[in-house]
Amino acid sequence: MITNSTPSSAKRNLIQRLGFGLITLIAMLTVFLILMVVGYIVVLGIPAISIEFLTGFPSDGMRAGGIFPAIVGTILLTLGTALFAVPLGISAAIYLSEYAPENRWTRMIRVAIINLAGIPSVVYGLFGLGLFVIFLRFGTSILAGSLTLAIMTLPVIITTTEEALQAVPQSFRTVSVSLGATRWQTIRRIVLPQSQPGILTGVILGLERAAGETAPILFTAAAFFLPRLPHSPLDSTMALPYHLFVISTQVPGMPIHIQYGTALVLLVFILGMNLIATVIRSRARARRQW
Amino acid sequence: MDKFVIEHLTVSYSDGTESLKDISLNIPPNAINVLFGPAGGGKSTLLRVLNRLNDLADVAFVSGRVLLDGIDILDPKTDVIALRRRIGMVFARPVVLPFTIRGNLTYGLELAGVRDKSRLTEAVERSLIQAALWDEVKDRLDEPAIALSGGQQQRLCLARSLALEPDVILLDEPTSGLDPISTGKVETSLQELKQIYTIVLVPHSVQQAARVADNAAFFLQGELVEFAPGKEIFTHPRDKRSEDYIVGRFG
Repeated sequence: MITNSTPSSAKRNLIQRLGFGLITLIAMLTVFLILMVVGYIVVLGIPAISIEFLTGFPSDGMRAGGIFPAIVGTILLTLGTALFAVPLGISAAIYLSEYAPENRWTRMIRVAIINLAGIPSVVYGLFGLGLFVIFLRFGTSILAGSLTLAIMTLPVIITTTEEALQAVPQSFRTVSVSLGATRWQTIRRIVLPQSQPGILTGVILGLERAAGETAPILFTAAAFFLPRLPHSPLDSTMALPYHLFVISTQVPGMPIHIQYGTALVLLVFILGMNLIATVIRSRARARRQW
Repeated sequence: MDKFVIEHLTVSYSDGTESLKDISLNIPPNAINVLFGPAGGGKSTLLRVLNRLNDLADVAFVSGRVLLDGIDILDPKTDVIALRRRIGMVFARPVVLPFTIRGNLTYGLELAGVRDKSRLTEAVERSLIQAALWDEVKDRLDEPAIALSGGQQQRLCLARSLALEPDVILLDEPTSGLDPISTGKVETSLQELKQIYTIVLVPHSVQQAARVADNAAFFLQGELVEFAPGKEIFTHPRDKRSEDYIVGRFG
């Protein structure tokens, strides 16, 4: 005969419910924290948002006017980073995933990538200053900043791309080869198309990190104030993260809502990229044929 | 003339396991040739040597010769791509590529550079008929292949290899995941296909081997124990080890 509940099973039930309750509470706390950060910035920053703010130039020593050149600068730097980091990163990942044999050299490459990922961003900034700004004589420029950010973003793109490639079932490759495909044919016709959403997501996430970084562009690209938009890759530029840093610390009498407005614009930019990446990922999951 | 002549083939992997030990075997054309035996016998390895798919595995050492129509396919100068087009392979689990049914069937031809739409369409219909799948899918060729049932998917895989009009079809436990009806359909197809192709099959049971084999080779731990016509080996095996396995004393 099976008994339904005993004193000890009732106690176990209670402990289980308390445990789940605690975990749920902590999880909700996390969500609450994120909402608080975003909410705080939104509430304090919304008053500053207007067409003039988004399309106009700063005036009165940054205390008024708009942040248009900083927005443009961040977009240009992000595009520049993508230009250098994406082809290089994806190619490296394809090599590691599809061609490289498992030997000492490959292991060394992987260790190098992991180490690159751990270097502090300000160290990248100094490196970029030494190599691109000074030695190669690009000067403080979009070019130098993009190259610096690209090197910083490379490990992320390589890692997430390789993961996306490895997620494609090995059985597809085996079948493809058995039908007379070369390795490149298999990659081009099956592996790359099937891993495209994962690669795209990884690229977007890597680029949004680059968009939000201050230290790497501090010495390599950023200008405090430019009266006009950059004309060429060798011009320096304003950028949102640097602009935010500067107006929050270097300018006396800065209206609070301009600071938070700038932060809000940067936040929207980043969260927007996140949203695109999420949509890509969920749509791909629904349409996946394996 | 025999389709495959295997001479003193030895294969061992980089972790030291010797998968095939000095195998010599003649495989005749237009017959269902079965490689059977307990796990670890080397049957799958031999199958993969025949279309050089073993090149992908961690193989350390291969010696001996494997002649296809008189030409050694283990020769480093062999055009492996062309070889693999002449030899179709069906794997144990149905692996449909992430394309439509039509896309799966034309994939091999497109790899070879065939663009002519009429040729591709003809290949699609012919291979589906040969695999006994045409009636079931002829109205939904442009649907994703993944929507088919397990048995249909496996027949699609068979059709996919037939689309390239190979000489040889290799099948590695092709019905291991299928229900008896689908299994029966595949076995019936093979009986018809052997008139055109040379078939080498690793069965998933001794019973299947006995049902379909024209010739059967018994493999035990990398050794070829016995090779004889199906009618003989399953009723009067010459070697005691074959008999023990067939009867079920071990396995």
